[in-house]
Amino acid sequence: MLRFIVRRLLLLIPILIGLSILVFVWIRALPGSPAESLLGEHATPEAVAQIRHQYGLDEPVYVQYWAYLKTLASGDLGTSIASTRTVTYELEHRFPATIELALAAMIFAIGVGVPLGFLSAKRYRSGVDHAGLAASLIGISIPIFFLAIILKYIFSVRLGWLPSIGREDTLSEAEHPTNFYVLDGIITGNLGASWDAIRHLILPAIALGSIPLAIISRITRASVLDVQNEDYVRTARAKGLAPRTVDRRHVMRNALLPVTTIIGLQMGLLLSGAVLTETVFAIPGMGSWLKEAIFNRDYPVLQGGILFLAIVFVFVNLLVDITYALLNPRVRVS
Amino acid sequence: MAKGLKLALALGAVALLTATAAFAASDRGAASDTLVYGASADPSLLDPSLTSDGESLRPTGQIFDSLVGFKKGTSTVVPSLATKWTTSKNQLAWTFKLRKGVQFSDGTPFNAAAVCANFTRWYSFPAPLQSDALSYYWQTVFGGFAKPAPGGLGPDKSLYKGCKAHGQYSVSILLRRPSSSFLAAIGLPNFGIASPTALKKYEADAGTVDATGVFHPTGTFATQHPIGTGPYMLQSWTPGNKMVLVANPKYWGPKPKIKRIIYIPIGDPSARLQALQSGEIQAYDNVAPQDFATIKGNKKFKLYLRPPTSLGYVGINQSLPPMNNPLVRQAVAYGLNGAAVAKAFYGGVGTPATQFLPPSLAGFAKKGVPVFKYDPAKSIALLKQAGLTPPVKIDFWWPTSVSRPYMPDPQRNFEAFAASLNKAGFQVEAHSSPWRPDYRAGVQAGKAQLFLFGWNPDFIDPANYLNVHFGSKTAQFGFDNQALFTLLAKADAASNADARAALYQQASIQVMKQLPVIPYVWAAGAIVFDSSVKGFVPSPVGTVNEPMSSLSFG
Repeated sequence: MLRFIVRRLLLLIPILIGLSILVFVWIRALPGSPAESLLGEHATPEAVAQIRHQYGLDEPVYVQYWAYLKTLASGDLGTSIASTRTVTYELEHRFPATIELALAAMIFAIGVGVPLGFLSAKRYRSGVDHAGLAASLIGISIPIFFLAIILKYIFSVRLGWLPSIGREDTLSEAEHPTNFYVLDGIITGNLGASWDAIRHLILPAIALGSIPLAIISRITRASVLDVQNEDYVRTARAKGLAPRTVDRRHVMRNALLPVTTIIGLQMGLLLSGAVLTETVFAIPGMGSWLKEAIFNRDYPVLQGGILFLAIVFVFVNLLVDITYALLNPRVRVS
Repeated sequence: MAKGLKLALALGAVALLTATAAFAASDRGAASDTLVYGASADPSLLDPSLTSDGESLRPTGQIFDSLVGFKKGTSTVVPSLATKWTTSKNQLAWTFKLRKGVQFSDGTPFNAAAVCANFTRWYSFPAPLQSDALSYYWQTVFGGFAKPAPGGLGPDKSLYKGCKAHGQYSVSILLRRPSSSFLAAIGLPNFGIASPTALKKYEADAGTVDATGVFHPTGTFATQHPIGTGPYMLQSWTPGNKMVLVANPKYWGPKPKIKRIIYIPIGDPSARLQALQSGEIQAYDNVAPQDFATIKGNKKFKLYLRPPTSLGYVGINQSLPPMNNPLVRQAVAYGLNGAAVAKAFYGGVGTPATQFLPPSLAGFAKKGVPVFKYDPAKSIALLKQAGLTPPVKIDFWWPTSVSRPYMPDPQRNFEAFAASLNKAGFQVEAHSSPWRPDYRAGVQAGKAQLFLFGWNPDFIDPANYLNVHFGSKTAQFGFDNQALFTLLAKADAASNADARAALYQQASIQVMKQLPVIPYVWAAGAIVFDSSVKGFVPSPVGTVNEPMSSLSFG
């Protein structure tokens, strides 16, 4: 197992170098330049040229890349052009928001999707199964921002049950040592703040989790249907095990293997889906931040932010692989 | 297991609903001394002399006072930190009597020395701060700097010459040439007077320049300690989350009734509307025209329309043929159905524009202005008269990713204009790019033959419309009309109000004869408040002159 993890960690090195090159080149391929963006409406071509020269933007790309790697190695991700705050500061504040949201969405998607898929399989071709299929189709096809607006309209505007913006009550004065607001409430002993943060997560999590939920429930259903007809399940039943035990020990454990893979992949999709969700719910996370950075040609933010997200994505996949290996001994052996 | 699951799911759903419903009961309007305001973005810096974006000037306008102010809801100059002023005969020295007993929120006194310290600071900004992106307003109003950055404007090009304190409460600002727009200009929130002690203590001008050429303050003046004399002061600011202003106990004017203002950045306009509807915020600016009806139909909210001073126009670059031909420009003017666009896409509050100055300004020409009503036949005839064979191809630029009062949805304006031009002997070739930075950069570099653009004035004066656009040669319009340049310079220097108005009227007529632009709409920015908030007066210059200190919960 240890060898497996070490091997996967070593593989990360070329992946990260490749990623840094890709991000660096891709951003510079965007039209427009930060010098023009920075000088604003009254930029003269001379002033643009001067800025470009002064800060090395007219150097060959490989020279710029080398300079970028050097600063990166020193842990300096630069400063945002638009906000004038360091990228590290922004990451510290925004990454927790996005991770909290993605985790909440995933908990919702797994918590509802797996049981729903299981039920659908157990009641194969029944009303429950058909309803599950319809719900999944809706979940996949409805755009996140539309669902978000509808949810907010019902639960915030009409019923007034849940908040529609931000991560905490607008009047809240809670402290945030880690910027994971749910956790912060627990750490500082302010459970009210934790609950406030959870309430702010409910609607965004449902909006963002709707697509993964649909996928997870469909995969679970298919997988349970497959496993149910395996010989070992029939044997377990034949030897007189209680149906519940058969389901738990033999069906679910094996049926969850493909679901685990899907969950890993969905984590990546959640990070990209967060762009829309964060915008509609005014959550100061990575998604809305990177979207703004693209418009502003905010190179430091794009470089730092995308590289950071890519690393997170790679690590999430590593974690999924490890979980997979734990669940399925055959992977470890190979 | 299936039964257990169902039971768990049902229990979970019930628990969730009960909990949320219970919490919904907690009354949100409990804090009646606090106004929660939905901003569309975070401020960039809280130093008004180094910012030009509305999101920064909104809070700094509450923190800092300028020497003069504007009467609520108008552009009439009224006393603020200065109570009286006089100008010398040659108009090169303006002497201000200062309000006595005023303190900055850090407890230091406001006096003539403080005024001079601020003017001297602006005039002596170090080279990195002379970027357009930072000290834009100093450059627009005063021109040069004491020690210009390479290629920048120096003292000889500066309107500002010096500052002289006469004792504690009298100060003279010396100019190099007469300017009739000077007084209104220093009322801009960008010229808010800051505490010299705080500027020094919190190192307002210290900073580094990063790899992309942006100045980043290393001091904390513009981020944590913006100290002015205004009704509010900064309590805390967590970028991306919220900014809290509290009443300044040392404020010289009437004490604000609302003791705390919380600005929450909400980028998405529909999210701002829903947050208002759910009671999470009590106000937001830049209301989208399509939301006017929803808001007006609900008694819980009050929509305020600002006087329509925001101008939408189609720009023409005369250096790109065939636009160098006046007949072709006239054909474009007849081919644009501006009145229809103004009527259709501005939430019912767009007024068709026929010249570059708003009707409320003294320089507005009541007669003699060429009028261009949509007339496709006339347009085609003019093109033929110019020796061209319709359809004539034109490159028409429009921006994406932007919404301004003068063009809430540029695509709709463009599509309507393209359709009307195509009927009028033109063949429109669409050219779109993101507003920031590509579109503006392209238009301002003179690459666009025909382009959608507009203007939000900084202060309501003909100079801020006409001189800014047509006072000198620009690549954007590609025209070089020395007579107009001289006329505008003369108008700005004129001291007699009637003579000045007459000169600006002449200029207004000239602009419509030369046609560097075709104005089509006067648009009104809109701001909405919860109807429990009383006392708001919308300003013709928008958020920068809308003090929150006079608001209260009724």
